[in-house]
Formats: sequence, C-alpha cells, structure tokens
Amino acid sequence: MDLKLKVWRQASPADQGKFVDYQVHDISPDTSFLEMFDILNDELVEKGEDPVAFDHDCREGICGMCSMFINGHPHGPEKATTTCQLHMRKFKDGDTIVVEPWRAKPFPVIKDLIVDRSAFDLIIQEGGYVSATTGGVPDANAIPINKENADLAMDAAACIGCGACVAACKNASAMLFVSAKVSQFALLPQGKVEAKERVKKMVAKMDELGFGNCTNTYACEAECPKEISITNIARMNRQFIGAKLS
Amino acid sequence: MSNKSYYSSITKKIIMSLMGLFLLTFLVVHLTVNSFLLVSKDLFNEGAHFMGTNAFIQVFQWVLFAGFAIHIFYGIVLQIQNWMSRPKGYKKRAAMEQSPFSKYMIYTGLVIFIFLIMHLNNFFFVKMGWVGHMPMTPSGEEDMGALVMALFHNGYYVFIYVVLILLMGFHLDHALQSAFQTLGLNHPTYWGFIKGLSRAYAIVVALGFAIIPLFIYFFK
Ligand code: HEM
Ligand code: FES
Repeated sequence: MDLKLKVWRQASPADQGKFVDYQVHDISPDTSFLEMFDILNDELVEKGEDPVAFDHDCREGICGMCSMFINGHPHGPEKATTTCQLHMRKFKDGDTIVVEPWRAKPFPVIKDLIVDRSAFDLIIQEGGYVSATTGGVPDANAIPINKENADLAMDAAACIGCGACVAACKNASAMLFVSAKVSQFALLPQGKVEAKERVKKMVAKMDELGFGNCTNTYACEAECPKEISITNIARMNRQFIGAKLS
Repeated sequence: MSNKSYYSSITKKIIMSLMGLFLLTFLVVHLTVNSFLLVSKDLFNEGAHFMGTNAFIQVFQWVLFAGFAIHIFYGIVLQIQNWMSRPKGYKKRAAMEQSPFSKYMIYTGLVIFIFLIMHLNNFFFVKMGWVGHMPMTPSGEEDMGALVMALFHNGYYVFIYVVLILLMGFHLDHALQSAFQTLGLNHPTYWGFIKGLSRAYAIVVALGFAIIPLFIYFFK
C-alpha cells in the first residue's frame, strides 16, 4: 500500500507546530499502524531527519500508552481498538491519513504526537486507591460479592487510562475515565469505605485541572477502546449526589 | 481555570437538569392550553383566564422565570468552560456524538431564548400592559384568543414561529434523556425506553406547537 500522511510535528511544548506531509510506500496491509510509523521513522533517520515522536509501550492493547488521533477519531476509525492494535488493512491504498495528538488543555503536547497525561495521575492520586486495611489475602469466597457487581467492577476496571474519552469529547471532559475509576472501587466492599470521599475529591481534581463539563454526547463511550459504558458516569453522578447530601 | 470556589461541574449539571425537567413539564401545560385554540377561541380564553388568575399558576410563573434564568445562566457558563478546555482544536474531527443534537445545545438554546423574548413581547408584556394593546371580548374580559388569532393569520409570523419551534424540538430531543443521565437515572434495562421517550416527547411537543398556527392560518 502507498499512503499519504499528514502528521502533526511540534518540536517542543512552546513550539507553534504544524502539519507535515509524508509518503510511505509498499506497506503491507498486515502492518500495524505503529509499525507503519516505525517504517516512516527509519526512513526519516536514514535521511538525517528527526523521527516522529509518539507514545507506545505494550503494543498489545493493554497499557493505554498509544494515543494518536487518526482521521478524526482517537485510536483511529476501528471500534474498540487501540492505535497499536489497528492494522493498515483498515485503510485503502492511496488514502490520505491525518494524524494528530490528543487535544485538551490538561493534556499539553510534549513533542509531535506525545501529550502529557499526568493530569490523569493527579486525579488517581486524589482517591483512586483503597487505604482501608483489608488484612492478608482473603479466601476467594470469604467476601460474598454478587456476580452482577463483580462483573460491573471488572468492566469498569478495564479502563486503561489512555485518554481517548477526553480526546473524543467535544468538551474535553474526563467524566468517562473518572467514573470508571470511581466505579471499579465503589462496587466492591473494600472500596465502599472511602466511596464518598473518593468521588468528591476526584471530581474536584478533575474540575481543577481544567477538563470540560460532560454534556452527555456519549462520544466517549463510542470511541473508548475498552468500551467503558456511560452507565459508569450515571453511577458516579448518583454517588456524587449521595456524597454531597450526606 | 480552577473551579474550586464555585460549584463542581456535576453540581452545575444537576441544577441545570432539574430546571430543564421543570421547563419540560411547563411546555406540556403550555401546549395543552394552546391546543384549546383548535377547538374554539372561547375555550382558549377560558384556559388563558385560568392561567392568568389561578393563584398557584401566578406564583409558579415567577418560579418558571427563575428556572429559565438559572438554566440559561449555567448553560452559558458550562459552554464557555467547555470551549476553554480545548484551546487548540483538531484539523479533522469525525462526528462522534451519539445523541445527535447534543452538539448544538447552546445554539438551539439561544434560539429558544430569542423565541422567548419574541413571545413575551407579543403576549406577556401585552397582558401586563407594558406594550401594545390587549383586545377585549364583548363581555369585557381580556381576549387573549383574539390576539393569538391575529398573529396566527400573519404569514411571516407563522413561518418564523414554526421554524423556531422545530429548532426547539432539536433541543428537546437531547434534553429529556440527558437530564436522566445527569441525575444518574441510567439503567441498561430502561435506557432504551428513556431515549425513546425523549425522542417521542420532542416530536409530539414540537409538532404539537407547530400544527396549531398552521391549522389556524390555513383553516380558520
Ligand atoms: C423550554 C425551554 C427549555 C427546555 C425545556 C430545556 C431543557 C433542557 C434539558 C432538560 C437539558 C438537559 C440538562 C442536563 O442534562 O443536565 C438542557 C440542556 C441544555 N440547555 Fe436547555 N432547555 C430550554 C431552554 C434553554 C435555553 C433558553 C438555553 C439558552 C442558552 C438552553 C441551553 C441549554 C444548554 C447549553 C444545554 C446543554 C448543557 C448540558 O448538557 O449540560 N436551554 N436543556
Ligand atoms: S501501546 Fe499499549 S495499549 Fe497501545
């Protein structure tokens, strides 16, 4: 496959940045999107140019590091797929592909396609943990948890914190991420102890960092590579109301 | 910008959704009274008279104004914050919104606001005696029906009215289910029903309001 790429290049956080056109040739349809960038970068290095900086780590869809905004979608057009799991067979020979970094005030660009997602860590530090003493590892069946809650908590915990929800949302709201992190604890007995404090603190931090307000467009759920459900946002809103009223 | 000293984003949304739900019930009452016009001007006048004299309604009309003001105030505040949270936009962005009109709430909201001003100017201010002249029935009562009938026979007015009402319908299509989600009332079992209800509400209310002037213009 031959493809034309329009890639955001920005040397440093202070740099203005601009789109640069690149051509890549003879790409196998079985190449992954990131491998295609590796090929491009090899060529750039050969020519003595600066390779395109992008985030990645596991390349198997579990770490949440990869973060490209491809042709108008975070992680590209394929549903429930991270950038690293996206393959070139999803594109057509001769396509032009626009690749941009996540755009949100709390996610400043560091270089090219890499943004600083420390804002998510700051939210986690506010309450994304359990500090209640739970003793040694209990027997698996010693704490009764109904199947429904166990499943919902597990689904919420599938969030890999990549930030696609923020990138997709027209308001750059982090509600899907925060609600997944609130839910994964709130649904389980160990997490219930601190549930009220947790939701209040994490929401306050989210607002303080400058993420937008949720207006229920549900773009986040549609674009999330882990298909985190907006019912988590509703749960967080319920928890928030409960915490404020008590 | 730090929101710390203000209400949190969720609190603002909850206030907005409660005011919004209140406005949604008001629209149903308003549409019911308007629909009396299809029967007869006199029945409508009776309805208008009831609304104009009933003590409960009289108190509630000020609550309603406050509801509008708060909803509009937070709508604008949230929107400005939302614009600020993405200073640099995308070169290419797909339409990812799953509730199609959610993208245009501020614009359809402003359309409703313009309509509201126009509406107050045509009816409420006249009733209050601030502008224009209120026609009277032979028995000496306020003839609100005649006022409406006259406007609904003006082609330009009917056209603008119908267009604005349809744009309001877009606001309503997102509104009802959004308020449920904001209040945390989302359960997978009922969610399909709530979304359907929201759409049905928008269609019934928007078409209901639009049909009345069209019917009067063409058939009465
Ligand atoms: C009859 C009039 C109106 C009704 C019934 C109504 C109803 C609603 C409802 C129920 C919501 C969803 C609230 C939520 O999910 O939290 C909403 C959202 C919104 N409304 Fe209205 N509204 C009306 C007029 C207006 C006006 C005059 C404006 C003026 C600016 C406005 C601006 C907005 C905005 C910007 C939103 C989206 C904000 C968000 O989702 O947080 N609305 N409306
Ligand atoms: S690189 Fe780990 S999820 Fe894509």
